[in-house]
Amino acid sequence: MHDVTRIGFIGGVYSNYHALVATLEAFQRRNVDQLYFLGDLGAFGPHPNRVPELLIQRNIPGIQGNYEESLSSGATDCHCGYTDPRDNHYAQISYDYTFANTADRHKEWMGTLPRELRFVAGGRRFLLVHGSPRKINEFLWRSTSPEPFLERLFTEHEADVIVCTHTGLHWHKALASDRHVINAGVIGRPANDGQTNVWATIVEVGEGVNVEFVPIHYDHRRLAEEMRGEKLPDEFVETVLTGWWTTCLEILPPKERAAGRY
Amino acid sequence: MSEHAVEHSQPRPHPHVPLVQLDTLWFQVAGTICNIECTHCFISCSPRNHSHEMMSLADVEARLAEARGLGVREYYFTGGEPFMNRDMLPILEATLKQGPATVLTNGMLLRKEVCRRLRDLFDASEYSLDLRVSLDGFDEESHDAIRGAGVWQRVMLGLQNLAEVGLNPVITVTTAAEGVETSAGRTRFLDLIRGFGFDKPRLKVLALFRIGAEETRTRAYEDWERLTQDELTDSEASVLQCSSCRMATSKGVFVCPILIEEPEARMGETLAETLRAFPLKYGACHTCWVDGVTCTT
Repeated sequence: MHDVTRIGFIGGVYSNYHALVATLEAFQRRNVDQLYFLGDLGAFGPHPNRVPELLIQRNIPGIQGNYEESLSSGATDCHCGYTDPRDNHYAQISYDYTFANTADRHKEWMGTLPRELRFVAGGRRFLLVHGSPRKINEFLWRSTSPEPFLERLFTEHEADVIVCTHTGLHWHKALASDRHVINAGVIGRPANDGQTNVWATIVEVGEGVNVEFVPIHYDHRRLAEEMRGEKLPDEFVETVLTGWWTTCLEILPPKERAAGRY
Repeated sequence: MSEHAVEHSQPRPHPHVPLVQLDTLWFQVAGTICNIECTHCFISCSPRNHSHEMMSLADVEARLAEARGLGVREYYFTGGEPFMNRDMLPILEATLKQGPATVLTNGMLLRKEVCRRLRDLFDASEYSLDLRVSLDGFDEESHDAIRGAGVWQRVMLGLQNLAEVGLNPVITVTTAAEGVETSAGRTRFLDLIRGFGFDKPRLKVLALFRIGAEETRTRAYEDWERLTQDELTDSEASVLQCSSCRMATSKGVFVCPILIEEPEARMGETLAETLRAFPLKYGACHTCWVDGVTCTT
């Protein structure tokens, strides 16, 4: 008989401080035993120092995303992994704003974060990564991550449960081999579903693995106001207020793209 | 799979690219057989070119079975014109049980019934089905100058049929379409695609390879257009699609979708025989490296 461990995962925060506060409250209410963040603390949203400040203050462990890697190394772009010029245009606006407004001490702290974390829970080897186990900015979309490919990742990277983020869309797949891929989604912006809430993830590990995606409601209007105050693009604000992605869409595979408005 | 990288002590005239991981498997599913004869086709496809023959459902299934064991992530189908292959829809059905699939088509054979069945396949699979339709200009005149008289009009019907069933293809355009690489050119082309009835226009610009018919339309590669640097680093190599793909044709398995008329680019009969490094000694390799070309979407 295994004890049950409840682990909370926070995907990309994208400077959404309000959603982070709401997520931490939700995790507390749900008696989460441990929690981790999965990188991309900045981008998209306003005031990029608030999120690192809170994570450092609460001593929450986590890993680098491509944003932390880029910010801490002084890179000139986010290395998000986009290929279309329109995606890159908006990604650059986000990055330039975040780079200019992130304190040096936070950039240094980001440089100290690991690229991956491993632990064992319920007898299963967990591997936390930002994009994929092999690349910090690889997109693991549900519709383009077939089982044979995922099995290869598990074998090559010696894991039973892979937890990732980076795509902005949450999903979970249990393979026939009882290995699990969990994309924790993001709390930085809605999941392109017309709803204004964002998503965090709680995994219960005992004899089995139980994955729950938790809708996080927060004061999105206040976030939108702050974004306007920082002169961030109207397109970003629209996403916060409507729940539909307006930018960085070209990277979406056809299935995921068809589900959104734009 | 980086252990397959070639070890050597003597400097070589051309760098070798290791197969870092086999993520993408291409199928030359229609061989070199096409219903049109584009003046820029890098493998000179035509109704009469049987250099590579059509692949059968059984041919494709054999490679799919092998790909499953190797953990391949995605599948692409090209030709020639894939929808000339009478098994194309069953081939897609079989593929989509295993992973995401993309078909590169000239759009001329996208009849209503075909589009309805593609939509059914799109809905039935947990994996993405994508289509790429080629256009070669901003208008009928420039397009048909490359792809043949009357082709534009037939593609328009095909696109209309796709739009009616709600499938949103990537429109691919080569740099033969003047100005498409510029920001203004892209914007103009995206507007054009919107005008075809797609409110989420998708566009991919493709480089031209100076081989096949393109040698005649413009010019062949010159001797200086070869990669001569020493071995690429792994991170440099991973940018090249040949570090993560192979191409299955009726003749065997080739290094990439571009070099299927180079006998030495045939690396084996099965995928397992091709899990090794490849010398980047062709003019096309120069284009891929210098222009950062990737054939995937």
